Amino acid sequence: MFRNAAELIERAVSDEISIAEVMIQQEVEETGRSREQVIERMRANLDVMKAAVKRGTTEDIKSVSGLTGGDAKKLQAYIAKGNTLGGDNLLDSVSKAMATNEVNAAMGTICATPTAGAAGVVPGVLFGMQNRLQPTDDEMIDYLFAAGAFGFVIANNASISGAAGGCQAEVGSASAMAAAALVQLAGGTPEQSGEALAIALKNLLGLVCDPVAGLVEVPCVKRNAMGASVAITAADMALAGITSRIPCDEVIDAMYRIGQTMPVALKETAQGGLAATPTGRRLEAEIFGVSMDK
Amino acid sequence: MKYRTVFDIIGPIMIGPSSSHTAGAARIGRVARTLFNGNPTEANIYLYGSFAQTYKGHGTDVAVVGGILDFDTHDPRIQQSEMLAKKAGIAVSFHEEDAITDHPNTMRIVLENEQKSMELVGISIGGGKIEIIEMNGFKLRLSGNHPAIFVVHHDRYGVIAAVSNLLAKYEMNIGHMEVSRREKGEEALMVMEVDQNVEQKLLDELSSLPNIKLVSNIHE
Repeated sequence: MFRNAAELIERAVSDEISIAEVMIQQEVEETGRSREQVIERMRANLDVMKAAVKRGTTEDIKSVSGLTGGDAKKLQAYIAKGNTLGGDNLLDSVSKAMATNEVNAAMGTICATPTAGAAGVVPGVLFGMQNRLQPTDDEMIDYLFAAGAFGFVIANNASISGAAGGCQAEVGSASAMAAAALVQLAGGTPEQSGEALAIALKNLLGLVCDPVAGLVEVPCVKRNAMGASVAITAADMALAGITSRIPCDEVIDAMYRIGQTMPVALKETAQGGLAATPTGRRLEAEIFGVSMDK
Repeated sequence: MKYRTVFDIIGPIMIGPSSSHTAGAARIGRVARTLFNGNPTEANIYLYGSFAQTYKGHGTDVAVVGGILDFDTHDPRIQQSEMLAKKAGIAVSFHEEDAITDHPNTMRIVLENEQKSMELVGISIGGGKIEIIEMNGFKLRLSGNHPAIFVVHHDRYGVIAAVSNLLAKYEMNIGHMEVSRREKGEEALMVMEVDQNVEQKLLDELSSLPNIKLVSNIHE
């Protein structure tokens, strides 16, 4: 079993297989399930992701609190006008990341990747890049196994929980996973996947978890958008041959230690950051129908 | 390694909005229901840390009640679980606690009916993955993700050997085992994580062994 990113990459390189294949083989060994069962289960996850993106970009989504919904659709309309600054593929990824998270906020069905609060980033990048890379269904499934392999490393060596490590552990991890998987999908090497992971995660270090009114909505939906755009930038940088001065396992460890030292008020307790702003407090009081000075 | 499968990372398929606060909560509730092994009439849920601060916004309340009703993380009935619990005759109460716990997402569930009562403490460690850290006052460390057998017994010599012999007879492989007791010679709890789901016949045979008080199990 690989314990860190270095071992994961080393195994892919020495066996001359993809990161996704390393993950599939380990899953078969670890669970005793057949290769077909493992792949079919991932296909089911892909189908849920596809449906959530479709819902979020075409239906009128509104969360119970009314705080979020409709922004993914707004961005699709903007892309359709054909005059984007960031480029259509990037913004399509951003829109699809938000779509998933808007569906999540509305208590719709999603696939946690690695968590529900950060569920938009990995599928957002995949479906946003679909036009550009034209992946087959099997390649899309491999993208998810590659993302899962790196997420597995982060979850076991640091954390993927906002309550334990802040939003860097959720959207940060998701963005790093998407960056690494996108490199594989675009034909990059396992080493380049590791570099993309390091670059993405480094840029989201220290990100606090400060949900307004304790809801997985503000700022979560827009942080999924940023996670997707950071992932694409990091993947492009790695494919250009840029490396991270700090190795990827050390970046993961830094993320863990930052999470440990982060104040509890900034770890999903809705007691600090944006949740504690005057507007954050006012929205909380309105949504739950309670007095401001509780 | 806390996480052992890729589907802990890419998954679970679930109803939003939070894997640790919604899916994890549903899973802890479902384990409690499974181990209670019957229909509760009362459910008291004590929430600590981040659970206590944000449970309404994250749907932790509806999710844990859904779990107590035996719903999976992706069951759409979770959204109506409070109404469905009332229909099923379960009186549910939530308690927000201030105590500082080792893990920020900790909950204690107490299920009761006229015959029995059971208490379980679970933590939600992220991405929908949970661990059960206490049952009826016995400390343990158990992921809810594998089939497991719970045996409450009198702390006497030979009981553990008799139980493991019976498992060997059924060709069950024990992946992880814990024994915990409150006091020497008193009540004890044995928990075994096993590789495959457990047949009812084995559970019945376990129950009939000497010094065994209660047998329960978790299916995969």
